Amino acid sequence: MNYLPKSLAVGFVLASFASASVLAAATHPVTGEILADDQTFTYSLLDEFSSADPQIVEDVSGADIVRDLFEGLMNQDADGNLVPGVATGFTTNDAKDVYTFTLRDNAMWSDGNPVTAHDFVYSWRRLADPATASPYSWFAEIMAIENVGAVLSGDASPETLGVTALDNHTLEVRLTASLPYFAAMTTHSSTFPSPEWVVRTSGNDWTKPENIVSNGAYILTEHIPNERSVRERNTLYWNNDATILDKVIGLVINDENTDLTRYLANELDKGTVPSGQYIRLKEDYPNQATSFPRLCNYYMTFNMSPSGPEAFKDVRVRHALAYAIDRSVITEKILQAGQINAFTFTPGATAGFDVPSVAFGRMTQDERNAKAVELLNEAGYGPSNPLKFEYLYNTSEGHKKIAIAAQQMWKETLGVEATLANQEWKTFLKTRGGQGFELARGAWCGDYNEASTFLDLLTTPSGYNDGKYSNAEVDQLMLDARTMSDASGNYTRIEEILANEMPVIPIYHYAGVFMLKTNVKGWPYNNVEQNVYSRNLYKIAK
Amino acid sequence: MFNYIIKRIGIAIPTLLILVAVSFYLMHAAPGGPFTSERPLPAQVLANIEAKYGLDQPIWHQMTNYLWGVITEFDFGPSYKYHDRTVNEIIAQGFPITLKYGFWSFIVAVGVGIPLGAIAAIRKNTWIDYLAVGVSIGAQVLPNFVMAPLLIIVFTLWLDWLPGGGWNGGSWEYLVMPVIALSTSYMASIARITRSSMLEVLNTNYIRTARSKGLPTKVIFFRHVLKPSLLPVISYLGPAFVGLITGSVIIDMYFSTGGMGYFFVNSAFNRDYSVMMGITIVVGGLTILFSLIADLLYAWVDPKIRY
Repeated sequence: MNYLPKSLAVGFVLASFASASVLAAATHPVTGEILADDQTFTYSLLDEFSSADPQIVEDVSGADIVRDLFEGLMNQDADGNLVPGVATGFTTNDAKDVYTFTLRDNAMWSDGNPVTAHDFVYSWRRLADPATASPYSWFAEIMAIENVGAVLSGDASPETLGVTALDNHTLEVRLTASLPYFAAMTTHSSTFPSPEWVVRTSGNDWTKPENIVSNGAYILTEHIPNERSVRERNTLYWNNDATILDKVIGLVINDENTDLTRYLANELDKGTVPSGQYIRLKEDYPNQATSFPRLCNYYMTFNMSPSGPEAFKDVRVRHALAYAIDRSVITEKILQAGQINAFTFTPGATAGFDVPSVAFGRMTQDERNAKAVELLNEAGYGPSNPLKFEYLYNTSEGHKKIAIAAQQMWKETLGVEATLANQEWKTFLKTRGGQGFELARGAWCGDYNEASTFLDLLTTPSGYNDGKYSNAEVDQLMLDARTMSDASGNYTRIEEILANEMPVIPIYHYAGVFMLKTNVKGWPYNNVEQNVYSRNLYKIAK
Repeated sequence: MFNYIIKRIGIAIPTLLILVAVSFYLMHAAPGGPFTSERPLPAQVLANIEAKYGLDQPIWHQMTNYLWGVITEFDFGPSYKYHDRTVNEIIAQGFPITLKYGFWSFIVAVGVGIPLGAIAAIRKNTWIDYLAVGVSIGAQVLPNFVMAPLLIIVFTLWLDWLPGGGWNGGSWEYLVMPVIALSTSYMASIARITRSSMLEVLNTNYIRTARSKGLPTKVIFFRHVLKPSLLPVISYLGPAFVGLITGSVIIDMYFSTGGMGYFFVNSAFNRDYSVMMGITIVVGGLTILFSLIADLLYAWVDPKIRY
């Protein structure tokens, strides 16, 4: 089943034949490896993606697809460094609140139209326009573009947004704050351009394969929700000559074990490692099972709001509970996939963040346990008066195992009686967001590669601070960090405060795991955000 | 008969309306909404989205608006989760897939189940009977969420005969495993119902009379035994058919078929109200329709039943 008009489809087939025949005997221009004849990459998605519209997409797997179909001002390389995209570069003023991007003159849409600064003006206005109702319009807000608040609330028209096309190839952005890292934000999918003329004529249907026009290295040629989506080489992409992979197929496979079986049956080039199976797979397929640190943390948050239990207002109780958890048991016996024991909120893999050596991280587990017993006794809890509370997590086998382990550790070390409760995801979010819990599970993945993406969560005004922890010094340090060229000292100081006050119990930092066939090369393992550009991948001959 | 059909349709409409109203309220009573996420949206952003989808209106207003759209334009609204698709498109894409593997599963379940049950009944207490009963009990106790991954391991990983999933427009090699996984438990039930009802019929006086007047076994079986023994089977087939063609989350999940079952279950977790309502209405309508057809078939098979 193909949504394409026949003539177009024939064109693509011919184009892919042409490129395939060129590549048949080809070698990689840089490494000299002999390339495979078939440059089709097939991978799996756990769930159908939300949208192929840059301003609408809200999930990670959707953003991966949008990153292939569209290209923003700047890109990331395999190490996560900023490299030119549609823009060849940018300049900024001393205050770092006006940015001027220079666009390349050979960038084209897949229908042959040139990509201009006006396309970006249109798309960024579209992102902030209340009529678009973009779930990511808040991203325009954190980009601090002039007037964005008024546009979002409908008090000003989108035309008043602080973004202007000075000419076809020069884009000026005016900010209300000094943002040294602004250019890096243009690698986010919500800032990618949309083709105004296609959005106008096709409306909500513009992202369907038969209508879509895009400016990235690939175009969407097939999309059957919950089954598959196919993107193929965009021959009009300005750097098409450097693209090696001809075709990328995303298959939706909801069950991770089936996913692995199909990977092992060679139906996928990249597959899932089901939880708890990494060790076995690493033994059987040492060159295919892969684990690397990710920008995500797993923690437990105390309810420190007035509705929270009295016991948790005592810092000794919070310390005791945090100390008594043997993180090695969780990472090495339960998760077994290269996760890292966490004693800080921010993962060590975060750029510009040196993991501070906090006191309780330096102790052995025996020392931590002894200290925990001492602290809890001091706080007035003991065999005759055991501490009781409820730990809430969202329903999942994985979270359950960790919850049971923690419950046992608290009981054995401290005699604490923790009861476990679980709720379905959205119910859980509602409960946690409304402070209807005592101790709750939390996890956070960074939106960008900088410690503030994590530490903002524990500031007083943060909408994500479900435990309602509030510390004036933390708030001030975070505020100062915004305009500092190197804020790492502030972040280290905040982690020390957190270790002293323990508003959350850090458990572990995530590892990304997947299976990748050995003939697939170019995977950006060092890009901790895992922003993958398929045009940088290639398959070598076996 | 005609009056009966009219009467049944007359009951069907309020039944559907009650179904819609109850589902709508239950759905909205569940905590959270389609745009609840780990990163709570800023109030202004959420307000813009809710205004776009009319979720800022009172519930009764949302429901009447929704129903009005369904009745006048057959418009089930946009999906809140899959932004590139409307509910009509999701159903138009998913339902034919579900219908196809459901229909073939039905054919297999009936085509294998009835002969299996009949042979077991005719050759009662022989090894054929034991084998048939054994097979059907085995098939019944093996749930499809066990069977599906097993089939994939055997036919895809070990034998490399069939693709491990996908739909590809429903070509046969993509259809085999879903149909086997979906049909077996139905097949088993049909076989067991057929066997027991046929045994009952075989013991009746009129069959003994037929035998005593020297009719050949074949004639007795096809003319006198088959039709009455199928009565309980038919009453089972109505709901079974609806169950088969309205989708199986297990099949969609394990075989990535893209059918309606997974959309349905997932829409509840996503609070994708419109998708959930759309599929509820379609499934509800089909259930009512096929139970009516089963009742009419019943009257055709059993002359004692008249409406």
